[in-house]
Amino acid sequence: MATQHYTSTAKALHWLMAILIFGLLALGFYMHDLPLSPDKLKLYSWHKWAGVSAFLLLGFRLLWRFTHRPPALPESMPKLMQFAAHAGHLALYALMLAIPLSGWLMSSAKGFQTVWFGVLPIPDLLEKNKEVGDLLQTVHMSLNLLFVAVLVGHIGAALKHHFIDKDDILIRMAPRHSKEK
Amino acid sequence: MKRLACALAFATLLPAAHAVEYTQVQPDKSAINFVYKQMGVTVDGKFRKFSSQLKFDPAKPTAAKASFDVELASVDTGAAEGDEEVAGKAWFNTKAFPTAQFVSTSVKALGGNKVEVAGRLTIKGKTQDVVVPVTFTAQGNTAVFDGAFTIRRADFTIGEGAWAKFDIVANDVQIKFRITASTK
Ligand code: HEM
Repeated sequence: MATQHYTSTAKALHWLMAILIFGLLALGFYMHDLPLSPDKLKLYSWHKWAGVSAFLLLGFRLLWRFTHRPPALPESMPKLMQFAAHAGHLALYALMLAIPLSGWLMSSAKGFQTVWFGVLPIPDLLEKNKEVGDLLQTVHMSLNLLFVAVLVGHIGAALKHHFIDKDDILIRMAPRHSKEK
Repeated sequence: MKRLACALAFATLLPAAHAVEYTQVQPDKSAINFVYKQMGVTVDGKFRKFSSQLKFDPAKPTAAKASFDVELASVDTGAAEGDEEVAGKAWFNTKAFPTAQFVSTSVKALGGNKVEVAGRLTIKGKTQDVVVPVTFTAQGNTAVFDGAFTIRRADFTIGEGAWAKFDIVANDVQIKFRITASTK
């Protein structure tokens, strides 16, 4: 049976966002614990710029997803596993949406507006308010911890498909096959 | 006739008798804020505690006097670690220099409800002359004074060491205030 691939655009978005999100997670957890310094403020700005970029990419990705149905899951997968896969992907999308949104709102509430790459001001949706800012920081952090857990599941599942089930789930998202479709 | 004369005499006396002087600053209706740029993004903060002495008669603005003592450790940057940092040695060094002081030296009337207050501002042991344009609205027994002026933090060595460059935190800091005062 010929492998049904994701579209090249879907693959490009998947891997671009994967790199961006790993960078954001690592930078986020790293910068949070730094003592205050000019470099820390710089990293915060970079994190916010990259986070907004991820948010915009997600918008495009969702549009693409709604207009391009991904290949169906293999028949060999039990119904429960298929359901788990769909639920997992839905959770990933929800978190990719909620995390940058919470970061943006947190920045507004803390009174530190986001200016994308120092050029494009992102409107502040919330008034400056310390309690709300602290709450949103906790939300942003908790969602990220949850995200890490779901990502571990996501990557673990992909590897299990490849090495244990030996099906084409990982291959059909792999970039080097993009010319086949 | 006598009554009219009496009324006239009283009327001419009236302004003097009713000269209003605003002297009682109301801390809960007053605020001292600051605005600066962090990587090009405008950020603001405030000082929670300050005390001030004021004497202002709208009829004689040039005779006005004002002085402020701002408790620098009461700074609110919007982030706890920012407050801590700014109170520290590299910034205000509040242990050695707990307050910033402003003392007016002269007041110019600019016409209407505008005055220009010249004075000396002392922060972290360094004194600079500053000129502060102020707009006032006096109504009954309360007057509100609004003003803003810009200082350069480097003039007061606020932000030393790693912070001395202006690429992340700009040199210019705008001080904005609204002071509400009442008559005795
Ligand atoms: C997919 C996008 C994003 C990911 C994966 C992400 C991830 C993270 C992580 C892991 C942390 C550390 C959490 C902690 O330990 O407190 C963090 C902190 C932070 N994020 Fe994000 N973030 C994203 C988007 C954004 C956006 C769009 C903004 C703002 C516009 C933002 C603003 C912040 C800020 C200000 C902090 C520091 C909180 C603090 O320590 O005070 N993030 N982020």
